[in-house]
Amino acid sequence: MALLMLLISSVFVNNILLTRFLGNCPFLGVSSKLETAKGMGIAVVLVITASSVLTWASYEYILVPLHLEYLYTLAFILIIGALVQFVEIVLKKTQPGLYKALGIFLPLITTNCAVLGVAVINMNEHYNLLWSVVNAFGSSSGFLLAIILMAGIRERIEQNVTMPKCLHGLPIGLVTAGLMSMAFMGFSGLIK
Amino acid sequence: MRNPLAVIKNGIIDENPTFVLVLGLCPTIATSTSAINGFGMGLAATAVLMGSNTIISLIRKIIPDEIRIPAFIVVIAGFVTVVQLLIQAYAPALDKALGIFIPLIVVNCIIIARAEAFAFKNCVVDSFFDGVGIGLGFTMALTAIGCLRELVGNGSIFGFQIVSAAIYQPTLLIILAPGGFMTIGTLIAIFRHLQMKREEAKTGKISTFDGWKQLDACQGCALHGLCGGGNPTVPCAKIEAQNAAPAAAQKGAEA
Repeated sequence: MALLMLLISSVFVNNILLTRFLGNCPFLGVSSKLETAKGMGIAVVLVITASSVLTWASYEYILVPLHLEYLYTLAFILIIGALVQFVEIVLKKTQPGLYKALGIFLPLITTNCAVLGVAVINMNEHYNLLWSVVNAFGSSSGFLLAIILMAGIRERIEQNVTMPKCLHGLPIGLVTAGLMSMAFMGFSGLIK
Repeated sequence: MRNPLAVIKNGIIDENPTFVLVLGLCPTIATSTSAINGFGMGLAATAVLMGSNTIISLIRKIIPDEIRIPAFIVVIAGFVTVVQLLIQAYAPALDKALGIFIPLIVVNCIIIARAEAFAFKNCVVDSFFDGVGIGLGFTMALTAIGCLRELVGNGSIFGFQIVSAAIYQPTLLIILAPGGFMTIGTLIAIFRHLQMKREEAKTGKISTFDGWKQLDACQGCALHGLCGGGNPTVPCAKIEAQNAAPAAAQKGAEA
């Protein structure tokens, strides 16, 4: 039950994009079409979930025994970078079709603050392995949900020709994200 | 060596990371809830930028080109850890307010972009002053946005009450998450409007700037706004290069 609550909270209440402000660059930049948004979202789910396992293990079994907890930033970012590179190579060799769909998003994910952010949140909250994975999966599903919603809205906004030119692109994207964030605030009653 | 003051001015005004290059949106939205938070975050990023730019410029000749990005990240992560420990020791309140966004300076595009675009190509002294300039530009932008949000959302600036609650009912929404997105969106729109007006006055033609194209091409890329891509004719310098490389290889094979 507590795990289910954590899942709901990480998808809706503490949505990683709209409430915690992590990973905004791809959220606004890669949401031009529903297809690309879906590709980016799924790639993020894969990478965040996998990296949460690796960062948890490295923190518990390497950094804590050696009393090097303060080096977590360095350790986590290297693990994430290596993981993304590894996933890219494996996909390229074994799943060319999937690589074609997701490949261009993978390099963007290394510098996506959502991946490092989820790892740091898991560490700060002292989650165990199961909780870390559930939190990571929930947070990244929240990302997938938000980026797909955004892509749907954007396909319509781009049709609007009467909008002032200075609002095109990033500014109206940010205002839309603000409105979505306001809608997501309504979920805060779900969790006590 | 360039004039240090010119390099600093370039960072604060001509290449302001927030308003001109529009880099590092996440920390901008998250930490500009009040003037003091924005100021603290800006100074932390400045310290990291100064350090990382200097060191990367020092070792730029011995870093192989292919692994330069991981090398940058290691240097940056080292400085972030130092800054984080200093903030924890001497400013615990700020540490609490900024929270997770201090370790996340590592993945801040501004810092990687400056390493790639400036420190990797310029001498140590120039790179140091570029770090100071860009850092101050970021600090000023964050402080300004923080002042605005704090004033509208709480009626105060840097914690001092400016407008009394009797005359003005504060709009808390501006401090909360949605307000962050909207304030920054509106400010960027105003800034763009001014830029386009200036361009139109200079050339006498209607500006061809296309916000949607620029958003697709460059957002989410660490080299955003620096590589020369993003205008309507060149959507992305990187993709162009990628497309050009296989074609060139094919030509070579045929020949």
